[in-house]
Amino acid sequence: MIRIGNGQGFWGDWLEAPVRLVEEGPLDYLILDYLAEVTMSILQKQKLADPERGYASDFPPLIGRIAKQIREKKIRVIANAGGVNPIACARAVLEAAPGLMVAVVLGDDLFGRIDELLAKGHAMRDMDTDQPLSSIRERILSANAYIGAFPLAEALATGADVVIAGRSTDTALALAPMVHEFGWGPLDYDKLAAGTIAGHLLECGAQVTGGNCQTDWKNIPDLANIGYPIVEAEADGTFVLTKHAGTGGRVNLDSVKEQLLYELGDPARYLTPDCTADFTSIQLREDGENRVRVSGIRGGERPPTLKLSISFTDGWKAIGTLVYTWPDALEKARVADAIVRERLRALELTFDEIHTEFFGVNACHGPVAPPVHDPAEVQLRIGARGHDKKAVDRFTRELIPLVLSGPPGATGYGEGRPRVREIVAYWPALLPRGEISTRVEVFA
Amino acid sequence: MRVRLSQIAHTRSGDKGDTANVGVIAYDGKDYAILERYLTAERVKEYLGSLVAGRVERFCLPNLGALNFLLYESLGGGGTVTLRTDAQGKTYGAALLGIEIEAGD
Repeated sequence: MIRIGNGQGFWGDWLEAPVRLVEEGPLDYLILDYLAEVTMSILQKQKLADPERGYASDFPPLIGRIAKQIREKKIRVIANAGGVNPIACARAVLEAAPGLMVAVVLGDDLFGRIDELLAKGHAMRDMDTDQPLSSIRERILSANAYIGAFPLAEALATGADVVIAGRSTDTALALAPMVHEFGWGPLDYDKLAAGTIAGHLLECGAQVTGGNCQTDWKNIPDLANIGYPIVEAEADGTFVLTKHAGTGGRVNLDSVKEQLLYELGDPARYLTPDCTADFTSIQLREDGENRVRVSGIRGGERPPTLKLSISFTDGWKAIGTLVYTWPDALEKARVADAIVRERLRALELTFDEIHTEFFGVNACHGPVAPPVHDPAEVQLRIGARGHDKKAVDRFTRELIPLVLSGPPGATGYGEGRPRVREIVAYWPALLPRGEISTRVEVFA
Repeated sequence: MRVRLSQIAHTRSGDKGDTANVGVIAYDGKDYAILERYLTAERVKEYLGSLVAGRVERFCLPNLGALNFLLYESLGGGGTVTLRTDAQGKTYGAALLGIEIEAGD
């Protein structure tokens, strides 16, 4: 049995979580998931500005903090912290923690190969809109293939203390140590699916141990000291989802089921680079306090293509707010919204969308929100987006004037004029596996 | 007899591009049959109204006593494009808890 804990559900998650995971109980592997779909574009911009950046900058200082512990306890670390510059990340880790052995998985970054791939006839169509990638060629900011567990297991086989990947899938981070330790092969579909589902349960950190959990949420103990999730994995593909003893939060059937359903598509066909996992085969049972045993998982063959994560610039947007109070808070906010829209119409500016929410009334749930009578205050929140930057910029000038020229009592305009931000959009596409070859480099 | 979904189930929601998903899980396995029979894709689409511009697709996970709904074109462009406060549909699961469904005779 091996213990795999996830100390980071996204870049920006609780900094103490991975430190506590290595300090507060037994662990064999610490995994850290840093990359969201748009993170790569931010990192690519950083790398263009400075060739030594472009990775998750939280990661090297973390390794510095836990280096002594992971050496003493022989805990190995696997993270997709490399972003678009895994080698620079490895160098920074070695600076923060000299003496460690670091392995880097390369080959996922396709930013420099886009024209070559297009010339070969790969259209890399948007999986949602079916548009070919060539239609946005000049606006691409980053392009990466999601890589699976086998390249990461190859990196573990070097004996490295720390494995750094670029755009690996979240689930591969958990599956890789199982592949490495148990000798699973690419045709062990059921086991690979089990390890993938273990990864799905781990990938969002404390969201499976009582965080963001609806069931009896008021009585979930000690969320301030919530334990991050640990999988106790067996060679036969069964596993237990748990957390360290004495930590806060709660692991039970409800918390595990909620995370299983999180960001799920067709449950019978959960596709990864490693296998197809079938969520309708999962069997759960409680196995003591804060322990859920998972078994019965079936899988199928891996898809012939790898998914690509491509980011590109797609116009501009700005969002601004004004606050109105009782009496007539909602009516004031509605009139203010109408004035902004009329003034923008008079300027004959073109937007893709102008979106208004009355925060405190219907911002999140729209028509489903229960009716609010005579609210004490309402925040008017207006957003505009479009491909004409000048129009979006002009929109940002149309809110604050309402403080003096609109309904009475406007406040809450914060730091003044809203900021215009460039929209970085996401382009999901597929590429035949044969186009991607990964390799491992070791740094010590 | 009718019940509010919150009385018999809990939910979790998230995003994939401009599509949100809502997982609905029966607290008690015996209530799964009610969910499967009455919480149809059509009912969910009707209830959520203008939150969902596209279609609603339903998948069944009887092994977990759960249903999974995909709400297409429900996030105003999704991801970084959207202008919505709830850019990733994090609260759509909570929104669905208010729906009332049949609960047998």
